[in-house]
Amino acid sequence: MSSVAALLALVVVTLVATLILPGGVSAQEVDLDPDADAEEIEPPAVGDQSIGGLLQDQEELPVSGVAITVETEDGDPIGEAVSDENGLWVVEVPEPGRVSVTIDIETLPEGVSLQNADRTTLTPNVRAGQAGTVLFAIGERSFEGVSRVERLSNLTAEGFKFGLMIALGALGLSMVYGVTGLVNFAHGELLAFGAIVAFWLERGYGPFPAMPLVVAALFAIVFTAAFSGLWEVGVFGPVRRRRSGDIAALVISIGLALVIRHLYLVFYGSRRDFYLDYRLQSSISIGPVSLTPKSWITIVVATVVLVAVGWALKNTRIGTAMRAVSVNKDLAESSGIDVRRVTIVTWVVGGALAGLGGVFFGIAESVRWNMGDHVLLMLFAAVILGGLGTAYGAMLGGIAVGLVTQLSTYWFPAELKLMFALLVLVVMLLVKPQGLLGVRERFG
Amino acid sequence: MDDLIRVFADALRGALGPDAAAFAIAAVGLNLHFGFTGLLNFGHVAFMAVGAYTMAIVVDAGLPLWVGVPAGMLAAVVLGLLLGGTTLRLRADYLAITTIAVGEIIRIMIRSRALEDVTGGVFGIQGVAADFFALNPFSPGNYGIWRVTFSERQLWVMVVGWTIALLCTLLVWALMRAPWGRVIKAIHEDEDAARALGKNAILLKAQSLCIGGAIGALAGMLLALERSAVDPNQYLPQQTFFVWTVMILGGAATIKGAMAGAVMFWFIILFAEGLLREGISQGIIPDWLLTSQQMFAVRFVIVGAMLIGLMIWRPQGVFGRREEVMIGAR
Repeated sequence: MSSVAALLALVVVTLVATLILPGGVSAQEVDLDPDADAEEIEPPAVGDQSIGGLLQDQEELPVSGVAITVETEDGDPIGEAVSDENGLWVVEVPEPGRVSVTIDIETLPEGVSLQNADRTTLTPNVRAGQAGTVLFAIGERSFEGVSRVERLSNLTAEGFKFGLMIALGALGLSMVYGVTGLVNFAHGELLAFGAIVAFWLERGYGPFPAMPLVVAALFAIVFTAAFSGLWEVGVFGPVRRRRSGDIAALVISIGLALVIRHLYLVFYGSRRDFYLDYRLQSSISIGPVSLTPKSWITIVVATVVLVAVGWALKNTRIGTAMRAVSVNKDLAESSGIDVRRVTIVTWVVGGALAGLGGVFFGIAESVRWNMGDHVLLMLFAAVILGGLGTAYGAMLGGIAVGLVTQLSTYWFPAELKLMFALLVLVVMLLVKPQGLLGVRERFG
Repeated sequence: MDDLIRVFADALRGALGPDAAAFAIAAVGLNLHFGFTGLLNFGHVAFMAVGAYTMAIVVDAGLPLWVGVPAGMLAAVVLGLLLGGTTLRLRADYLAITTIAVGEIIRIMIRSRALEDVTGGVFGIQGVAADFFALNPFSPGNYGIWRVTFSERQLWVMVVGWTIALLCTLLVWALMRAPWGRVIKAIHEDEDAARALGKNAILLKAQSLCIGGAIGALAGMLLALERSAVDPNQYLPQQTFFVWTVMILGGAATIKGAMAGAVMFWFIILFAEGLLREGISQGIIPDWLLTSQQMFAVRFVIVGAMLIGLMIWRPQGVFGRREEVMIGAR
């Protein structure tokens, strides 16, 4: 357990260093590119052609209630719009051609400003029959009046929350690796599956009536678990029995991820959307930390689930069997464990965890077709950090990655968040390839 | 019937075109990594990005193309050394994760605002191919036979691209016949045995990584020249998976596999897409199933399905030998 102590020490040292070092000064250099995902944003199409956009701050939260005016190049008015609760706005344009789009900075919410204060007017070209997009770069939210301690404790809490969400995904990924030896590049798509299914169910889909998000999430978890089990039964199980090898299975998982992700794109669409429940909430402060109620609930539920799974791995028959298979498959088989059943159960449990994690990501950020791709590398970082194939390592690694990514935004632009998670991965591989909890405590 | 012929001609055009040439070059490099050396490189796009961006930055600074191209290759070699020095001791699946991570780190860095002065951030760098097209010996017009025609610019990129692809293929062929190649093959088959014989496996694998990476950089540069621009969205991880599909389709660990794979790959993709487009426009495929706006996604579904199908039923691709590909399959 010395590595756990080492990690804790590292976290403490980082926190202390943060308080001592002059960090806050870099705030004005911090700027994220809000059109980071510009190509994915599609405003709703109105009429023949239109111009629209998505106003988001650097935390990817929508900026609503902002007035926008569209004029022709000669200054004749075309229309006005106000960004809605998702930050979306759209104005119909009668004639294709260059238009001038002006944002009314007076209507920006408090603490929100444009990255480039003198670029309030943009002149995009609207093509015939197309929904054009124009993006105003929203600057860093100013943190004047927020103390350094407050910001850091909030970032830490946010990081902890994201860490738990990552851990939910990473746990399944690591368990599946432990039991089958598969590095599953399609695991992120399970999270996206959970998020998207919950989205559809919440609004009502096919035979299902519209339902509260909590109920939709429960269904989504069940469906994701079944979907995940199906992968084992339909794809990876047969591949293993053909003795194609681990590398072939790895490449197959990449192909599977490509297929499934782009099927989401076909059936869900390229938009970014939000659940109806828990959308706008005001923060609740506990001590120095203020988070929205949904974040508090995410932290509580994820912690309970992770602890429960950790307990079950140690104390139930099937949990013990999973650990046995991951340590030595042949020995487990010869001592009477039904390896095939254990493998399927592992996939199903991993799928359920991923489904839950996906819904949490949908609540915290937004539902997108490619969210699995975005989260996958963070899952890998968590799994490698904790030790590939170790369950408790994946949890620990997840939390560490969450903290690193969120806390990095204190000093560095938020667009570099993922890079820091990946740097942690690479450094860990160089220093201790087996991960924090690797080898000695394989899979528990 | 005429529609079908048009779809066929368009697919053939794409299969011979500049993109196919670039993917052929990239696959030659990846084949050296994976096919011959057994390195699970899932960050090949990093070499393409580093090569293309270095060239673009050098050219953008006003230096001539003949400085830019070697600079790009050199940058890829440096990346190969960095990757090799740090990750080659790891097991194969760890290498896969590390390389994909490094690819993403590089993409995030080149699109970041911090480096915008150098890399152009999300906008990239435009107008990098003026020198290249100034050398174009073909006068303006359309060249080709039947319905397969190319503009003089495309033709120039193609001639250069396929020439480079052929030269790289010959280079790999020569390397694999040389003593160096035999040791590489030995390491691939049984690393412990090769090391017991005193071969420095890490060094040799790093050399393979560097050479293949430099070839990958050439592919990135060709794509950049064809579009006369570099931008970070060209270097998503999917690009690597496309190159993988090309390599496996042609046959990993074969000499002609990469070039043949690229031609077949683009023909299959474009033909399937063309058929679907025709189906949609003629109303054979109903709207609720697929619309022309969703065609963007279909390409990736086809590639993914191709990758799955090949790995399950024909891991050796069209020209490969099964035993060779199954090395390392535990």
